[in-house]
Amino acid sequence: MSTAVAGAIEAPATPTPERRRARRKAAWRRRRFVLLLMSPWLVGFTIFFGYPLIYSVYLSFTHYDLLSAPRWVGLANYRFLFGADQQVWPAVYNTLWMIVIAVPLQVLFAFSIAVMITRARLGVGFFRTVFYLPTMAPAVAATLGFVFLLNPATGPVNTILEALGIQGPLWFQSPSLSKPSLTLLGIWGVGNTMIIFLAALLDVPKHLYESAELDGAAWWQRMRWVTLPTISPVILFAVVIGVIEGLQYFTEGYVASTVAAGGAGGGAGDAANNLGYPQDSTLFYPLLLYQQGFRYFSMGYASAMAVMLLVVSLAVTVIILRRSDRFVHYAGAVR
Amino acid sequence: MNWMRPRYLAIAIALIPALALGACGGGGDNGGGEAQKFDPNKEVTITVWSGFTPGEREIGAFDSVIKDFEKLHPNVHVNSVAGINDDKIVAAIRAGNAPDVALSFSSDNTGAFCSSGAWIDLQPYIDRDQVDINEFPQAVRSYTEYNGTRCAMPLLADVYGLYYNNDLFKQDGLTEPPKTISQLDAYAKKLTQGSGDSLDVVGFDPTIGFYENAAAHYAPPWDAQWFDGDNAAFASDPAWADMLTWDKNLIDWYGYDSLTRWEAGAGEEFSASNAFETGKVAMIMDGEYRTAFIKDEHPELNYGTAPMPVPDDQQDRYGAGYITGSIMGIPKGSSNEAAAWELIKYMTTDTGALVKLANGLANVPTTAASAKSPDLTLGPEFEPFLDIFNSPNSETNPPKASGAAYQEIFESFASKWQAGRVDDLQAGLEAAANQADAQEQNASGGQAP
Repeated sequence: MSTAVAGAIEAPATPTPERRRARRKAAWRRRRFVLLLMSPWLVGFTIFFGYPLIYSVYLSFTHYDLLSAPRWVGLANYRFLFGADQQVWPAVYNTLWMIVIAVPLQVLFAFSIAVMITRARLGVGFFRTVFYLPTMAPAVAATLGFVFLLNPATGPVNTILEALGIQGPLWFQSPSLSKPSLTLLGIWGVGNTMIIFLAALLDVPKHLYESAELDGAAWWQRMRWVTLPTISPVILFAVVIGVIEGLQYFTEGYVASTVAAGGAGGGAGDAANNLGYPQDSTLFYPLLLYQQGFRYFSMGYASAMAVMLLVVSLAVTVIILRRSDRFVHYAGAVR
Repeated sequence: MNWMRPRYLAIAIALIPALALGACGGGGDNGGGEAQKFDPNKEVTITVWSGFTPGEREIGAFDSVIKDFEKLHPNVHVNSVAGINDDKIVAAIRAGNAPDVALSFSSDNTGAFCSSGAWIDLQPYIDRDQVDINEFPQAVRSYTEYNGTRCAMPLLADVYGLYYNNDLFKQDGLTEPPKTISQLDAYAKKLTQGSGDSLDVVGFDPTIGFYENAAAHYAPPWDAQWFDGDNAAFASDPAWADMLTWDKNLIDWYGYDSLTRWEAGAGEEFSASNAFETGKVAMIMDGEYRTAFIKDEHPELNYGTAPMPVPDDQQDRYGAGYITGSIMGIPKGSSNEAAAWELIKYMTTDTGALVKLANGLANVPTTAASAKSPDLTLGPEFEPFLDIFNSPNSETNPPKASGAAYQEIFESFASKWQAGRVDDLQAGLEAAANQADAQEQNASGGQAP
């Protein structure tokens, strides 16, 4: 904008055609330079984002078994998705469960840890490291570790509980506890969110607390009227990212179900037959999508599922952002 | 507009699911056609992909037979690549850089490979070289073709039967393996030590999903048919309901939670801590390959093998079992089809090659001649598996365009039934059958209901 303003000041009231041409040339040169700088991103965006997105939408209207050429079938895949496929709704339920229960718990836990660390007087660095460390563990390794720790027969957790005279639950082997077990795993690995919260908490201007204290605000009031409004954009960010990750929840569900199931099962005799173990309680929407596309050779249908996932992700994100205007406060933001 | 603001960043990240199906390139249509002529004077190199674990015992046996082939055909050099699963084979075919020969452990995928033309039709080669397909039993012929297109040849078979622990049998005064389901039930209860949450030895764990207890492996002894024409027969064939009723009754005798807890501590199936190998379970259903694992991991184990028991009213069918096996084919795009076929023909039909492989892998040799060969050195525990293989009542599961979807849908239902979450068995079986039909229709025709 500043360029345009400067141009307006320098330009005579009626520019000659030569000057206009020169200005257009200069503008074009600037645009070309910007395009050149942006080109790596543009190429990457087109190849790795635009093309797969458009191709997935196209595939969702085809019968595509991964091996033959896709064949146009109109809305058949969508009719199957909303009509005949009985596995979709349990998968949607499982995914919603994670979003409604696990995501808020993770945000709350990350926030609480961050608050505690800001209040610690000793060993701040130590606690920060300890709570961040789980994030360093790859998702597969962390899930394997949890399945081992929570093994109902041989896991250390149940062994300790047994020593205390308590019979431990079945954890990943129980349909009612498999998702809570995955939630525990999620809560254990909130280091990233915790660090973001911690940075935001440390960024809250001290003078606001001092004024609140002078006004006699108690701890809870300072939290409610100073801390939360100031860090509300970060809370929003954590919630939105959490919801999107919840919609795409795959790795932990895949590993937990196949490892906890133990046996080979299924016709082909490989572990992936046990997706959703136990009793489809961990069959999340993205897992069903994978199963349909790569195991049942219904990639056209899997594409339709992916398109729906995209639509829902966008819709949920837009709704959360729209609603957020009421409680999110951007300090000094021009809106 | 600040693009680094959380809301815009969040929208950008929300778009990421679109990448989930990235790079799903198109395919082509059927290969095959005329048989190419093999030139014994032309130097060629062909690549074979297999699912064996690199560096393990099994790939060694496989490669030694490839070496024999190279001696027989000095102009053909074979590059054997291990550790390849079907996902990689499918991806390579789509990308146009598939190997000349592929070995898949999943006969459930025959339907997808044959119907799409991803593996070429081998019939022109079979006709030209007058290979007698009837050398293979019916079940084996069935899992290597789909709707009349033979795109695969069988490389050894896996046959499922009953393993029983002789020492535990002796403790309870049992001398012979059970032959009927009611005997299996009685033996299982007699052999069980401990109860409730402290099960020390389980007589027989019938749970579908435990170790090799796949529904497909149970089906032949029960004479349960997967399909009636084009439709899933879970509900229309009463054998399924009978099998599930027996299954649940025995699970309930142990207590579902108790048995689940015991399973969690039963040990990895493919490791030296396998529950049968360590004496934690007295009887299991397993494949013939377990004999090699036991020899390797627990040679001291005193055990016997037999066919799986059959329902009491079908004793004439005793000996029936589930048969499956590895399949070998030529993915479309192979530049050396003729040499690839020579290798496949040698490995899947030459008696010497099959016997050597069978001895090395402890699998059942697939042709009639190799199954009778005096050179087989597989031990007395292996004998019953050869009998099951030759039983006219042994069966495999039908290849379908949707792979193993119908089996997995059945097993998903069975898992809920076993846990006591299904009130109406028949209605549940009908719903599962409808789901399997819809899935198959979607995978094969694209006109989903």
